[in-house]
Amino acid sequence: MNFFQGLGRKVLDTLGAWGHGAVFFLELIAAVPASLRRFGLVIGQIHAIGNRSLVIIVASGLSVGFVLALQMYYALVTYGAAESLGLIVNLSLVRELGPVVTALLFAGRAGTSLTAEIGLMKAGEQIAAMELMAIDPRARVLAPRFLAGIISMPLLAALFSAVGILGAYVVAVGLIGIDAGNFWSIQQSGVDVWRDVGNGVVKSAVFGVICTAVALYQGFETEATPEGVAYATTRTVVTASLGVLAMDFILTAWMFSTP
Amino acid sequence: MNKRSIEIFVGLFVALGAVAVLFLALKAANLGSFSGGGDTYTLTAKFDNIGGLKARAPIRAAGVTVGRITGISLDAVTYQGLVSMEVNKGIVFPRDTSAKILTAGLLGDQYIGLEAGGDPENLQGGDVITRTQSAVVLENLIGQFLFSKAADGGSDKSE
Repeated sequence: MNFFQGLGRKVLDTLGAWGHGAVFFLELIAAVPASLRRFGLVIGQIHAIGNRSLVIIVASGLSVGFVLALQMYYALVTYGAAESLGLIVNLSLVRELGPVVTALLFAGRAGTSLTAEIGLMKAGEQIAAMELMAIDPRARVLAPRFLAGIISMPLLAALFSAVGILGAYVVAVGLIGIDAGNFWSIQQSGVDVWRDVGNGVVKSAVFGVICTAVALYQGFETEATPEGVAYATTRTVVTASLGVLAMDFILTAWMFSTP
Repeated sequence: MNKRSIEIFVGLFVALGAVAVLFLALKAANLGSFSGGGDTYTLTAKFDNIGGLKARAPIRAAGVTVGRITGISLDAVTYQGLVSMEVNKGIVFPRDTSAKILTAGLLGDQYIGLEAGGDPENLQGGDVITRTQSAVVLENLIGQFLFSKAADGGSDKSE
């Protein structure tokens, strides 16, 4: 009987947590229109989570571009196909690596700071104080951050891909000696604006929703203690990363199912 | 930091992101080169076998890209492959132009090569190219080769 009770409790707890998260997500979306009316708050948050993630995104994009070009070259040159280096780097960055790596970095760089910030606001009872003053903390605190995350993520992912391709250009043309015209023309003939670049942007927007919503949820539902905030910050990174990877598989299967 | 400088930095960030998207679209994808703009007219051609031809493969005349394949379907009556293509408006071909399915390099992608004929009248939008040459299917070639080898071997023994 104890076994069944344990199982039942586990299932109910899990379902309850999912339901709690879903309700939080719907409330968050419902609060977005209110934050649109005070767009200044959103701009401040874009500065906090978008601008301040720029350096790490650009640096990672550049190094991923360098390394991808070098490694692909070693593999491709065996088949005499080194000329298609640009296409491979471009497609893997625009379709997969750009959105996914950016989202993972974003969860680590911006997600954690969101969780810690809101968690500390909760620990300092600022959120409770807002509620006392009849200010909805979802509209005042959460929604601007949510919106800023959704706006920042596609921009950061596009920057990551663009910088990565430029990095690959430096390696391919400068270091390896692939013809520059060929490097660009093979990309222009093989990469479709809507199918590849457009889907990459859609992907990164979805990842932005996942990362920001998870971070806000963990911060808002944290236990109001130092340990609770620390634990919630860790959970933000783990949950957001796993969510992004799972969602990436689903989106890839859906977007690129036809060759 | 005051409000003004925050807004300036956010504006820079958004502009940078927009430049990145534009770079991806124009320099690193096909929006700048083809499909996006330019007037085109549609031609269709029927092939006995289209091989590995794919939609969006290029149409070339004398090696110069003049258009793209827009769709491939099967003609249910003749069981031929029906390839529709759009060709740049400025380029006209005579009525007796022939279409061949060619391969770029030994194992490269397949494309359609157009060879202009000598007819004084030109193809109009919606016309069908009647002179076509199918794709070379490697298995058929090998089959023919083996068959002719076997035939040679048989005749050698009979002599």
